[in-house]
Amino acid sequence: MAKIVELITENVGKVRPDSLEDYLNASGYEALKKAFKMTPEEIIEEVKKSNLRGRGGAGYPTGSKWEQLHEIDETPKYIVCNADEGEPGTFKDKIIMDKDPFKLVEAMTIAGYTFGSNHGYIYIRGEYPLSKKTMQKAVDLAKEAGYLGDNILGTDYSFDIHIRTGAGAYVCGENSAQLNSLEGKVGRPRIKPPHLAEVGLFKKPTLVNNVESFAAIPYIVLNGGEKYASFGTKESGGTKLVCLSGNVVNRGVYEVPFGTTIREIIYDLGGGMPEGRKFKFAQIGGSSGPCFGEDKLDTPLCYKETGKNGLIVGSGALLVVDDSNCAVDFAKCISEFFVHESCGKCTMCREGNRQLLRILTRFTEGKGCKEDFALIEQLSNVLPISSFCGLGETATRAVSTCIELFRDEFEEHIEGKCRAGICSFSEGGK
Amino acid sequence: MLTNQQIRDVVQKYEDGEENILAILLKLQEASGQNYISEDCAVEVAKELNIPASKIYDLLTFHSMFSTKPRGKYIIEICKSAPCHVNKSREIVKMFENELGIKMGETTADKLFTLQFTSCIGACDIAPAAKIGEKVYGNLTKEDVKKIIQEYREGGK
Amino acid sequence: MKLVNLKIDDVDISVPAGTSILDAAKQAGIKIPTLCYHPDLPVKASCRLCLVDTGRKKLETACSTPVKEGMKVITNSKKVRDARRTALKLLLANHPQDCLTCVRNGSCELQALAAELNITDISFYNMVEKLPIDDSNLAIVRDQSKCIKCGRCIEVCQEVQCVGVINSSFRSGEYKMTTAFDKALAETDCVYCGQCSAVCPVGAIYEKDDTAKVWKALEDPDMHVVVQTAPAVRVSIGEEFGLEPGSIVTGQMVAALRKLGFDKVFDTDFTADLTILEEGSELLERLKNGGAIPLITSCSPGWINFLERFYPELIPHVSTCKSPQQMFGALAKTYYPQKAGLSPDKVFVVSIMPCTAKKYECARPEMNSSGYQDVDVVLTTRELGRMLKQAGVNFENLEPEEFDDPLGISTGAAVIFGATGGVMEAALRTVYEIVTGTVLEDVDFKDVRGIKGIKEAEVELDGQKVKVAVANGLGNAKILLDKIKNGECDYQFIEIMCCPGGCIGGGGQPYGTTNEIKEKRIKAIYDADKGMELRKSHENPAVKILYEEFLGEPLSEKSHELLHTHYVSKKK
Ligand SMILES: Cc1cc2nc3c(=O)[nH]c(=O)nc-3n(C[C@H](O)[C@H](O)[C@H](O)COP(=O)(O)O)c2cc1C
Ligand code: SF4
Ligand code: SF4
Ligand code: SF4
Ligand code: SF4
Ligand code: FES
Ligand code: FES
Repeated sequence: MAKIVELITENVGKVRPDSLEDYLNASGYEALKKAFKMTPEEIIEEVKKSNLRGRGGAGYPTGSKWEQLHEIDETPKYIVCNADEGEPGTFKDKIIMDKDPFKLVEAMTIAGYTFGSNHGYIYIRGEYPLSKKTMQKAVDLAKEAGYLGDNILGTDYSFDIHIRTGAGAYVCGENSAQLNSLEGKVGRPRIKPPHLAEVGLFKKPTLVNNVESFAAIPYIVLNGGEKYASFGTKESGGTKLVCLSGNVVNRGVYEVPFGTTIREIIYDLGGGMPEGRKFKFAQIGGSSGPCFGEDKLDTPLCYKETGKNGLIVGSGALLVVDDSNCAVDFAKCISEFFVHESCGKCTMCREGNRQLLRILTRFTEGKGCKEDFALIEQLSNVLPISSFCGLGETATRAVSTCIELFRDEFEEHIEGKCRAGICSFSEGGK
Repeated sequence: MLTNQQIRDVVQKYEDGEENILAILLKLQEASGQNYISEDCAVEVAKELNIPASKIYDLLTFHSMFSTKPRGKYIIEICKSAPCHVNKSREIVKMFENELGIKMGETTADKLFTLQFTSCIGACDIAPAAKIGEKVYGNLTKEDVKKIIQEYREGGK
Repeated sequence: MKLVNLKIDDVDISVPAGTSILDAAKQAGIKIPTLCYHPDLPVKASCRLCLVDTGRKKLETACSTPVKEGMKVITNSKKVRDARRTALKLLLANHPQDCLTCVRNGSCELQALAAELNITDISFYNMVEKLPIDDSNLAIVRDQSKCIKCGRCIEVCQEVQCVGVINSSFRSGEYKMTTAFDKALAETDCVYCGQCSAVCPVGAIYEKDDTAKVWKALEDPDMHVVVQTAPAVRVSIGEEFGLEPGSIVTGQMVAALRKLGFDKVFDTDFTADLTILEEGSELLERLKNGGAIPLITSCSPGWINFLERFYPELIPHVSTCKSPQQMFGALAKTYYPQKAGLSPDKVFVVSIMPCTAKKYECARPEMNSSGYQDVDVVLTTRELGRMLKQAGVNFENLEPEEFDDPLGISTGAAVIFGATGGVMEAALRTVYEIVTGTVLEDVDFKDVRGIKGIKEAEVELDGQKVKVAVANGLGNAKILLDKIKNGECDYQFIEIMCCPGGCIGGGGQPYGTTNEIKEKRIKAIYDADKGMELRKSHENPAVKILYEEFLGEPLSEKSHELLHTHYVSKKK
């Protein structure tokens, strides 16, 4: 039976988001006070011990990221919180911002202190205007009470947090694109290297972490990295916020320890499919993640096991799709997303994705042909290894895994047949 | 129509003008009354911030929340990402289209509503979802759609 | 410098840290295909054609990836070839295959790549969408359907020239390079420098082709067609025929123009010398009697466009001298017909220029002091190349010929107008002698030479120190202009050239221009100067006669009427 733990979400629903008092009563800011008594090296050591890995999608070990930034001498350094949460099916950062905003403020302050940084930025997607208001309010209250601003808690450390908004662009979640956007430029990704730890915001060394990654920091500082790590598996420390969506009874965000199986999440927590429907496949990690069938449901959610099974942890999105849906139509929906969101800069993603969508659209219209499979394969082989940024690299993943699972359905579409009755072939098919 | 003075006032409210350009443009779009940034407005912002208008145009056409053409007072954004899709968002698209008598991408004759798609708005737990301004609506049914539009019609007049 | 050792294919090589794989491969004699890459512009890494295998899961773009110690790079494998060919096919699937009727046929980087990568079918679906062609203005045509989105033009317009009228916009399949709100160029602040057209690898931005007008005039038996050639053309036109960059082909160029049928082949250098006398006098006049100082040169029409659109408040600082090509036009329809016994309305003036902005300049309403449009048609170096090829002129093997008299006589001071710093140097040579009344022995002012963006020098003129500055490229000019505006500038005389490197780097010069090639052209310019008998403008005998017979003296009423102009604010 799957269990829920509340490390990151301990305060969710228990504190009022606009009440610093509530937060303090829930032992808020204890971690910052403790951090102030630690050296940056000690803090980083705890983060390393926690086995925390980036929750924004890429899963890069947070401790290593922090260590690398720490080793860079140049100042000033900037702290950026990636709150763009654009991965479809992901709605966990929102919970933290909307329900426990001070936790994020505190976490970023700890990070700021660790790196001697005086400025932090939270980049919140334009689609979350309310989260923006809540965060701004929290920042203002914290500042008023001396938890932000000059000489925090009477120390000689000063830190300010600036709330910034996006305006609708998934690619602005990519960290270098985000920094461009924060500088007022268009959010198309930058060439890497140089790494953002060296040449980041305003060309200065910069830390970019996801909301959920930050949110784990207070717990880690307060209780020690080992304690946090102990909740998870050997390699994947702690807990993960999973966003369960699609055709399940209980959709929502669940905090589960690493090692919980996907089946447990879908059936124990999610309550399985709605009445009368059957599991068809699921997609993990958002639209950029792979689709998989029944056979992989027992994969434990952790970086190692998902990796072994061709899955990812990603942002923690888990989308369940039942048999009322058409695999081809689904693939087309994903492809539409990437065509809509490609920044357009590089050939592979700009042109490759529109080709892919053209092909899939033809399938849903009954106009597909056998040769199209070769084209899809070519794109699926090349885009992941040759696109400019992560968007293009992952754009074909759902489609190629979908075809692996449901090649027969794709072939049926060539004949003008859709099992789920979704595709209409109204234009007469072939 | 915003006057140049009004535009300058908005721009000047932000300390780090250029860094806050998205917030400025969102604000101006809202203040336009027609949910768009006109060419004149973009040119004025460019002047005020001392950057080429072509850079503003890049931002306006890059981000999906901006429009360079007038839109309705209320923008109904229907999510078309996968989690909403498998929860049959196409049905609610039809409901909105029927209720308003326009197609996606169009604006009603009374300039009250524009129908648009959006990528995921983080309301997948209540899919199929739609968003009007800051308000998010989920688990939408035909009745909901009727009611919502009715409310805005009344409030909008 | 720290060296990094790596292996590219089977070649071991050491290169300085920070070198890109692309450059390292070049040194190792290995060619990697590129498309968005341009050696003088920031790396974009957007076309994905230079992909190589460095042993990681992902391929990496050679243009943007620095070498690492012990790196093993594979530039030719199935994985690499497949990826590159996919990138190219994807581009081609969205590219009109108009090669046979395209301005870039034979000089197109995309076309060359298709041949190089052996593309015989495209396999992907045709995505070509015809976008409207913008030919709203007299200089630059934009055919966006052919754009492969390399971003070079944007870099040039925004960062190098700081004009910023074209930019990237939209995203995904709609991603394109355009003006704010998709306006036609004529409705923007475009200065028609043509730098965008010079870096475009394909036929998406090019100069307006005016060769038909010239052919027509040449065919017309009633027309007396004269041609003038700008200083920079003689060191670049050879490239159109495969000659080494930096070849000085003045004589062949003259012969080739005669072969085309021009009645007289004259030289803009003649009026370049004249410019020095007028502008030098203007400087001395201002230094003596007061007037806006610093004085800024005015021979670059792209710069004049920039002035009128962005810095109209500095108009008083700018010399009223017309550009040499316009001075030539004015004389070619007054002095010349008078002397040659021709009717001015039967004289047709063609300019061969490195410049696209002059196409716009010649049509300015002010430029008709002869009572006619002074210069009828401006052709770029590239257009002349096309005419010569069409006529089957065997350029490389022509016997050199001399310019015609009198508008073909010039000095070394005029030749160097073609390079950044040249106008300044030519002016100093003359002003020095006028002011000091002594002979200038060493005529070389080396401080103002070279491709550097901003150069400064101090010259002693009869006890008075004169501080001068030279800027090439409008981005550099902007730095100086802002200084003047803020009163932080103690120069007396400033030369501004719109194009990076000066006219030898003009927007109408042969394709493939890079800083390396520009340096070679500059060297050729100074070599040509050295080879001239006369090297000071005021020693030009034909100019002396012109003053005696026609103009009187510098800044005379007649000079003002024919050789000077005025500017108006075009700021929006
Ligand atoms: C196209 C694209 C979109 C992304 N969107 C997000 C996002 O919305 N939120 C996020 O935290 N990370 C996102 N990322 C990952 C970030 O680039 C980056 O890895 C992350 O913010 C680092 O923080 P973490 O190590 O704490 O995960 C995205 C990456 C790509 C390539
Ligand atoms: S892969 Fe290329 S086109 Fe796609 S978002 Fe990244 S940079 Fe832009
Ligand atoms: S731009 Fe190049 S590839 Fe395209 S039509 Fe012209 S010559 Fe051919
Ligand atoms: S001609 Fe010059 S100013 Fe005009 S668009 Fe091209 S680069 Fe920009
Ligand atoms: S117009 Fe030419 S230079 Fe500009 S992006 Fe397109 S192909 Fe490149
Ligand atoms: S998919 Fe529609 S709100 Fe997330
Ligand atoms: S040349 Fe390297 S990506 Fe274009």
